Amino acid sequence: MNRQKRTAMILVNGILLFIVILWTIPTVGLLVSSLRNRDDIRSSGWWSIIPNYGWSNTGEELPLPEGQTRDTPITIGSKTATFDEWREGIDMGDGTRYVWIGTLRSGRIEIYRQQWRVNWNFTTDNYSQVLSGKEFEIRNGDGTISTVQGDDMSASFLNSLTVAIPSTIIPIMIAAFAAYGFAWMSFPGRRILFIAIVAMLVVPLQVALVPILRDYVSLELNGTFLGVWLAHAGFGLPLATYLLYNYISTLPKEILESAFIDGASHFTIFTRLVLPLSVPALASFAIFQFLWVWNDYFIALLFLGINRNNEVLTQRIANMVGSRGADWHLLTAAAFVSMLVPLIVFFSLQRYFVRGLMAGSVKG
Amino acid sequence: MQKTEGAAVFTASSDTPTPLRAILTLLAPVVVIAILYSGFLFLRENGNAPQMVKTIIAIIWGIGGATALFFVANGVVELLPIKWVARVQPFVFVGPALMLLTWYLAIPALRTLSLALVDDQTGQFTLDNFTSVFTERIMIEAWTNNLLWMLIGTTLTVVFGLLIAVLADRSRFERAAKSLIFMPMAISMVGAGVIWKFVYDVNPNIGLLNAGVTAAGGTAQPWLTLLQPWNNLFLILVLVWMQTGYAMVLLSAAIKGISDELLEAARVDGANEFAVFFRIILPNISGTLLTVVTTIIIFTLKLFDIVMVMTGGQFGTEVIGVRFYREMFVNNNPGSASAIAIVLLVAVIPIMGYNLRQFSRRDTF
Repeated sequence: MNRQKRTAMILVNGILLFIVILWTIPTVGLLVSSLRNRDDIRSSGWWSIIPNYGWSNTGEELPLPEGQTRDTPITIGSKTATFDEWREGIDMGDGTRYVWIGTLRSGRIEIYRQQWRVNWNFTTDNYSQVLSGKEFEIRNGDGTISTVQGDDMSASFLNSLTVAIPSTIIPIMIAAFAAYGFAWMSFPGRRILFIAIVAMLVVPLQVALVPILRDYVSLELNGTFLGVWLAHAGFGLPLATYLLYNYISTLPKEILESAFIDGASHFTIFTRLVLPLSVPALASFAIFQFLWVWNDYFIALLFLGINRNNEVLTQRIANMVGSRGADWHLLTAAAFVSMLVPLIVFFSLQRYFVRGLMAGSVKG
Repeated sequence: MQKTEGAAVFTASSDTPTPLRAILTLLAPVVVIAILYSGFLFLRENGNAPQMVKTIIAIIWGIGGATALFFVANGVVELLPIKWVARVQPFVFVGPALMLLTWYLAIPALRTLSLALVDDQTGQFTLDNFTSVFTERIMIEAWTNNLLWMLIGTTLTVVFGLLIAVLADRSRFERAAKSLIFMPMAISMVGAGVIWKFVYDVNPNIGLLNAGVTAAGGTAQPWLTLLQPWNNLFLILVLVWMQTGYAMVLLSAAIKGISDELLEAARVDGANEFAVFFRIILPNISGTLLTVVTTIIIFTLKLFDIVMVMTGGQFGTEVIGVRFYREMFVNNNPGSASAIAIVLLVAVIPIMGYNLRQFSRRDTF
């Protein structure tokens, strides 16, 4: 029985470990690659940072044999093979491997030997280049220096902050007021209005975008931060109101009533009593909304797309995928810059995030 | 409604406003609005202030503005006669939310419907926009792909989420494992798109998948482009990678909610772990399972970022979300875009109905 239990335990942990590794590897690869220079990324996979046993260049070279043609076999040392085979590399049988580098006429033969190798050649140059908007000098593999334009991600980073912070706080504030109003005040239409909010929880925001964009164009809000804040506030409100209502309506009635008897107004009770008591719910939703807004690409593309100055991180990266699709050293660094804030928020406030997520799983 | 009886008690006992205070309270909205408007102009100008300064000003302006508006609105309302305060004050609280929702969701939905029903060129009533949503070749491709996303994406996400939840529940490394599986939820779909484009890169020196394939003796494949229709599957895996954490968290909480006595009783009666899972755990978490499935289905329906970043909808990977964007911005067909949006809305109506039924069962209102 005990042995059986132990086998089960090993099996459970083994499968779990396998899945966890599978899930983590893509992100690890991105992080590692963002710290490797351009030539390393092009010539070897990021996994070559793991010590591995294989062919590596000894630095020794042989001169090219004389009178070779593309079609006839060429003899070097003890082996004879065609040019194409030499280019693939031939095992010489003595633990070395000869590889023809370059063309038929002007090239060299490099000698490889099997040994333990590891590539720990890390750099933060990629980050400097994507963050800065200035011209930037990079050293090429052959030692020459070329000038490239930085990607100015630090500007996008600030724009992302400018979009995300008010887009988180404004809807929470409006929703908290509304939740209090629905929970503790009486007015005509209270029930039907709240039902309308519940109905809006799953409305796909595509339904609203065409008319809102038209409004924005005529109000000159298109491309402004205010426009994006209001859009995020509008689209986040149903969920925010619903969640905060669920919390605020369950606050003990006695506390509020005794405050009324002491002569406090609704406004005072809300700001002095209800808001502080609701911090857990506010925090949960704040994290949820912040990550949602920070990671949003669609709304930013629609409402900020016209104004390059206000471009946020997700837009910047999506553009880079188009314009620098093969520059993996930059793309990986850029992607990691955009992930930094969410990852910090996530790992430090995970408990609140999970709570908000579980409460908010009705969002459309 | 008995909750608010205290309101009258309070206002009667508060001080009556002095004329000076009344004037100041009435002046405040004017000042606040003037400050906010000049702030708006400043921010729109995009002057030569350092960007950090602009960021800080924008944030203060936005948050401070919203706060100030609530305070001055309330200040003005509290000047009213007592009887009127009780009537008007609720609208200071719920009014901004209702106004925003009306402007951003309710009215636009109706306007979108009317846009969908007219021809973009002639302005005549037509149903053509809707017929093309279901008959155009590219739209049929998009619907088919969305169906794939929905079926394969949801199934894989739920199966993995459930598997991990069950395994983690029995493991000593539960917290760490869940944290790492959940992590992709925190990053953007654009970021995830880059991560996976990197994994799928056709060069075996760059793409991990092709490195694996070539190491195993195969040839490198262009997973995202020429490998149709399988490239859709590789895109769907990105969604699975991102959403499994969500499914896992909800399902794990539901599994922990099942009483230990019930599970113990079943085991004492001789049920093996598979029987326990299928006969006891699964039926007991069916409610949560439904929530997870619905959420992911809605998610796949509106899917945009992943496809947009990874393939742009080319190579037979078009989806409805990308179609909507293209019709609206690239092809400049607001009618077609609106028709797509309305179809999406109709698709979620059953879920909306379910939410409303659940809500009306509660007796808090």
